[in-house]
Amino acid sequence: MTQLSYRAAFGLIVKRDLMIAFRHRDDIINPLLFFVIVVTLFPLGIGPESTTLARIAPGIIWVAALLATLLSLDRLFKSDHADGSLEQMLLSPQPIFILVLAKIVAHWLLTGLPLILIAPLLAVLLHLNEHSYGALMLTLLLGTPVLSLLGAIGVALTVGIKKGGVLLSLLVLPLYIPVLIFATSAIDTAAMNLPYNGQLAIIAAIFFASLTLAPFAVSAALKVSTN
Amino acid sequence: MQFDSFSAFIAMGGYGFYVWLSYGVSLMALALLVFSSLTNHKKIKQQIAQRQKRETKLRQAAELQNAQPRADISHKT
Amino acid sequence: MMWKWLHPYANPEISYHFAGKILPWCARLAFVFLAIGLTWALLFAPADYQQGDTFRIFYLHVPAAMLSMGIYLGMAIAALSSLVWQLRLADATAAAMAPIGATFTFIALITGAAWGKPMWGTWWIWDARLTSELILLFLYLGVIALHNAFEDKNLAGKAAGILALVGVINLPIIKYSVEWWNTLHQGATVSKLGQPSMTADMFWPFVVCFIGFAFFVTALICLRFRSEILNRNSMRPWVRELVATEEKVHAV
Repeated sequence: MTQLSYRAAFGLIVKRDLMIAFRHRDDIINPLLFFVIVVTLFPLGIGPESTTLARIAPGIIWVAALLATLLSLDRLFKSDHADGSLEQMLLSPQPIFILVLAKIVAHWLLTGLPLILIAPLLAVLLHLNEHSYGALMLTLLLGTPVLSLLGAIGVALTVGIKKGGVLLSLLVLPLYIPVLIFATSAIDTAAMNLPYNGQLAIIAAIFFASLTLAPFAVSAALKVSTN
Repeated sequence: MQFDSFSAFIAMGGYGFYVWLSYGVSLMALALLVFSSLTNHKKIKQQIAQRQKRETKLRQAAELQNAQPRADISHKT
Repeated sequence: MMWKWLHPYANPEISYHFAGKILPWCARLAFVFLAIGLTWALLFAPADYQQGDTFRIFYLHVPAAMLSMGIYLGMAIAALSSLVWQLRLADATAAAMAPIGATFTFIALITGAAWGKPMWGTWWIWDARLTSELILLFLYLGVIALHNAFEDKNLAGKAAGILALVGVINLPIIKYSVEWWNTLHQGATVSKLGQPSMTADMFWPFVVCFIGFAFFVTALICLRFRSEILNRNSMRPWVRELVATEEKVHAV
């Protein structure tokens, strides 16, 4: 048997996850629909004044993005755990770090990226300040991978549990708080036409820290869950 | 002693409600924690004891069955 | 070689009995210190010149807040040693600590609110310290919930340990972000009183209270640690013997 290079293994898993996802398109579309519906609920609940909406738009978009990511996290390991392919992966000669990272990247491509693409549309609905669009896109671009990375830890811990759904939100949401704070603050700062690269730098730092550390935590958690 | 009378002690300079609320809630929470820890300890011991009893019963029953299979057969026929 | 004296304590039976031995002493010391400290705090400590008698909440609030963070740190250290050195007993310790830490976090939040109402005019403000304490409570609840979700307590300990470690890495980030967020959104209506200056006759009752609470926590950890060990080793002969002899004592 020929040994796969790390890059080839990484690419294979990303491709496999994307292919599975495209066969079940609902799994990609449903979190997005959820995102859109949650965002449209806010004007209905708060009132249509554009100044109020513009003031709370960054928070709404980001909170909705957190919830939509949370909703889609289950898919990350659950079906693989159910049909046993997760255990096969853990037994393969490639380091688990690579495999886990590949799965997280695939997850981000399937949920984070569509969220980013649809976000400007929702920002228009919420009358987001016109200076803030760049900041919104950049924070989402740096922030949503963090959501996938940290969320993967939670899923890996709860994958073996039958009723893991509610538990997952309890585990993961507190960890999302720093990203939420810095992202909304960057967007608010941009609305005032002030430089927001400080906040962006912090989100980037959080991104790189979780990129290096989270896969280790995920692999440890998967070993516990699959036992 | 900071207080002249018992009623002054209860009143806490007008802040009695807040002071006694926080002391009361803290005491309740800690009492609850101690109580639950103690009952939990007892419960675990009881569970272990119960399982032991069940196991000895099962073993005795098995021994009995092994001891008198012939008697059973004769009874049936 | 240095750590050889520790090896016997990796044996569950020995540490079970060790915890049982120090438990009554910690409980007694906790009782004495808390009785002295709380009486001192309620009756003899002077009222603050700004905050009056509400300052007496301080003697509960600050020890509880300090212990809530200390216990989380202890839990994370226990979790790390269980992951790195495969110490099963460290798992049991971490599991024993989580509910205690959550209770102290809860106390710190409630006493903080009850102190805030007369001083700031509101039960809750989104102050950096209060907010991060609230998040700490969520982290504790997550660890406890994860612990309860597993049937197998050894697995539960490992999973909860990973979560506790992730939490402890996140805690400084969360704390920093909340502080930063708070200074950015500082409301103008809430006038915060400065930290009360502590004099010796306020400081000493605080120290006595803190020591009392620390002994109380140690006693509780010992108690819960013993339950955890029994639960994890319920099939071992020594546990069976222990339970059987205790049953006999009760029966007589």
